[in-house]
Amino acid sequence: MNILKTLTMSAAALAITAPAAMAEWQPRKPVEFIIMAGTGGGADQIARLLQGLIQKKDLSPRPFIPMNKPGGSGAEALSYIKDKEGDNHTLLVALNSIYTTPIIQEGLDIDVTTFAPIGLMAMDTFQLWVNTDREDITDLDSYVAAVKAAGDSWKVGGTGSGQEDSILTAMMEKELGYDVVYIPFPGGGTVAKNLVGNQIDSTVNNPAEQMEFWRAGNTKPLVQFNGERMPPFEDVPTAKELGVDIEYYMQRSISGPAGMDPEALAWYQDLFKSLFHSQEWQDYCKSDGLTCDTWVSGEELQSFHETQLKRHVELIESVGAASITSE
Amino acid sequence: MDSILSLLTAGLLQSFEPLNLAMIFLGCFAGLFIGAMPGLGSVNGVAILLPVTFLVPPTSAIIFLAALYYGAMYGGAVSSITLGIPGSSTAVATVFDGRPMAQQGKADKALMAAAIASFIGGTISVILFTGFAPPLAAFALKFGPQEEFALMLLAFATFIGLGGDDIPKTIFSILVGLVLAAVGFDIISGKPRLIFFDMVEFQRGIEFLVLAIGIYGIGEMLWTLEHTKGAVQIHKVETGFRRMIANLKDVRKYLPTTLVGSVLGFVVGTLPAAGATPASLMSYGLAKSFSKDGDSFGKGNVAGVAAPEAANNAASTGSMLPMLTLGIPGSPTTAILLGGMIIWGLRPGPLLFTESPDFVWGLIGSMYVANFVTVVLNIALIPVFIRVLAMPFSVLAPIIFILCVVGVFATTDRMFDTYLMLILGLAGYLLRKLNYPVAPAVLAIVLGPLTERSLRQSLISSQGDAMTFLERPISLTCILVAVALVLYPMVSKQLRKRKLAQS
Repeated sequence: MNILKTLTMSAAALAITAPAAMAEWQPRKPVEFIIMAGTGGGADQIARLLQGLIQKKDLSPRPFIPMNKPGGSGAEALSYIKDKEGDNHTLLVALNSIYTTPIIQEGLDIDVTTFAPIGLMAMDTFQLWVNTDREDITDLDSYVAAVKAAGDSWKVGGTGSGQEDSILTAMMEKELGYDVVYIPFPGGGTVAKNLVGNQIDSTVNNPAEQMEFWRAGNTKPLVQFNGERMPPFEDVPTAKELGVDIEYYMQRSISGPAGMDPEALAWYQDLFKSLFHSQEWQDYCKSDGLTCDTWVSGEELQSFHETQLKRHVELIESVGAASITSE
Repeated sequence: MDSILSLLTAGLLQSFEPLNLAMIFLGCFAGLFIGAMPGLGSVNGVAILLPVTFLVPPTSAIIFLAALYYGAMYGGAVSSITLGIPGSSTAVATVFDGRPMAQQGKADKALMAAAIASFIGGTISVILFTGFAPPLAAFALKFGPQEEFALMLLAFATFIGLGGDDIPKTIFSILVGLVLAAVGFDIISGKPRLIFFDMVEFQRGIEFLVLAIGIYGIGEMLWTLEHTKGAVQIHKVETGFRRMIANLKDVRKYLPTTLVGSVLGFVVGTLPAAGATPASLMSYGLAKSFSKDGDSFGKGNVAGVAAPEAANNAASTGSMLPMLTLGIPGSPTTAILLGGMIIWGLRPGPLLFTESPDFVWGLIGSMYVANFVTVVLNIALIPVFIRVLAMPFSVLAPIIFILCVVGVFATTDRMFDTYLMLILGLAGYLLRKLNYPVAPAVLAIVLGPLTERSLRQSLISSQGDAMTFLERPISLTCILVAVALVLYPMVSKQLRKRKLAQS
């Protein structure tokens, strides 16, 4: 009798858990992890760290394969994601060019607010960097003087017309009243290398891209563009402290193609949530000057994207799209 | 110098530890097969096997991945020679002479040359790496857009002689390649361009491997089918020990080419922009221009196998340099290695050499050992590889066809690219029937985007002044050498004519 009872009970238990187990969605093939920027840049470093963490912690039955699609200031990656509508095995490591590139390139016809909102991994920051060889430049004032003295031949390196750094550069041109030559490179890492090699005069890079060169004494930050000073750059003034009204952040979020299955979306949201709260990720944020305080996902993330999109439309209007795209 | 030697000794000892040695063997062996499978290049191999490496300490892990990378570099030559399908982009130039040699029944000779040249190339570049890593890293920083453009001009110049005597046809072929390379998004303005028939698929551009596998895999298959009528290509597979030794002695014939290719490959590999594919193509072009019997290139000259193989292995070691010292990977595979390093808590950058000497020197030491292991494995496996050619071509052709289709689909994951590959393959076959050289088109599609980007960056930064290329010493030197290379074949032809007239 007892045995029978146990049997029925376990059968009942099975009946309850079995459908749940079947509903649990999991990747069935390698997940393409699309990076809308070149190798060595901030997005690239983050994607590779996340990919490695997923494999190290065995969080996914299939590997994540990072793929760089930097073409057309992220347009290549965005149209790729658009083509993948309804796909459950492609993710986008997004940066602010998910807003800016579709605004500037009208033909793209991409609406990021339709993308599957997985999670906001961090808010990244920008600093203005110059080579340490430039002993004449020690702060923002001497920088502005040097740019103006160079006439219009001051070379600023960046990751592409329409990318967030080109907008920040245009904002600086407007606020500080000078003109520069903007040269696009295929990624933040290459920009940093060209600054170290004195091929360009200055750049706005994310901290992660300059970290190692800064530690080695090759480059120095002059200004940071956040609301308040961020570690490890406590000595570097913010633009607002210096009376320049620029505050700009870079969101680092993960999205999926529009029309992703809800089960898949939920699975990815859980995955990235646990990554977000992992010790490794929080340590990385701390060492590289990223802000990773609150986890934002789902509808909340969608409305975040909507606000950001609106803000970028205004920003681009105020500096003028022409000042960003003109060569 | 003493400190380098002692660090190196420590590194070598480290790679002889049982675990690390096992990792080297495993990595080389896996890499050899991964590289030999078209479409399953070292990128996927390294990405898929990355998690395995979390079970061992970081140094052993990178040793494993680096060994895999090497093995794949060697393996690429295997399918280039035996099947005529470049296993990876770096092995395209190996097809030029490797395939004809296989058809003449000299596949074992070609494979031996590939193995030996790879070994020499790899070893020379590790030695250069050991001795001169920091100054070379400083040199790489001097390379701005202007220098990159000049280097690309140099690469095109080395290829002038490649098309044979019919210069208009060579130019046509280069132009076709450049047009195909321009498809996709404009790199500066980000606007789509050359979108044929308004098909959105073209927005992503035409991948180099699609063209290379099409032209060499499919085009070559059709060509061979037409000529062999499906018969067996070589009837007797000779694998005797004596023949092996004779093949080894062949090294005299291609030693100079190999040495030049090794140094060239290493230098080009250390530049973040370039990588192993342009290096192998440049080395091939140089070998042909300066060879006494340049005409035999493309028809099965053993030096034509050795030159690109030496260069691509040297470049793969070279591309570790920007990865370690600048954090900029020189190739997609090193990009994944870089990801691994970040997980292990190692930050590539100018301080890596001083902050993590155990790691860096363990890696360098393992490169010496890995090179040795791969060459031994490779030579031992030659008899196995050439069995492939003992199959009737009527059996082999469908296998090649499947490998081409799978290879393209696995790389790009789009049926569109697979169809494109088939169309390009057919076009390549027709071009060949009409005696158009196809190699220049392949070169152009590899170098086109790099050249365009560096040209436009330079001109933006000089505000349209083309003199910028002549004002900078490194760029000026490259351009002068390029001009000399273009003129050399013409001058030497004139000289020969004069000599003939005198005698």
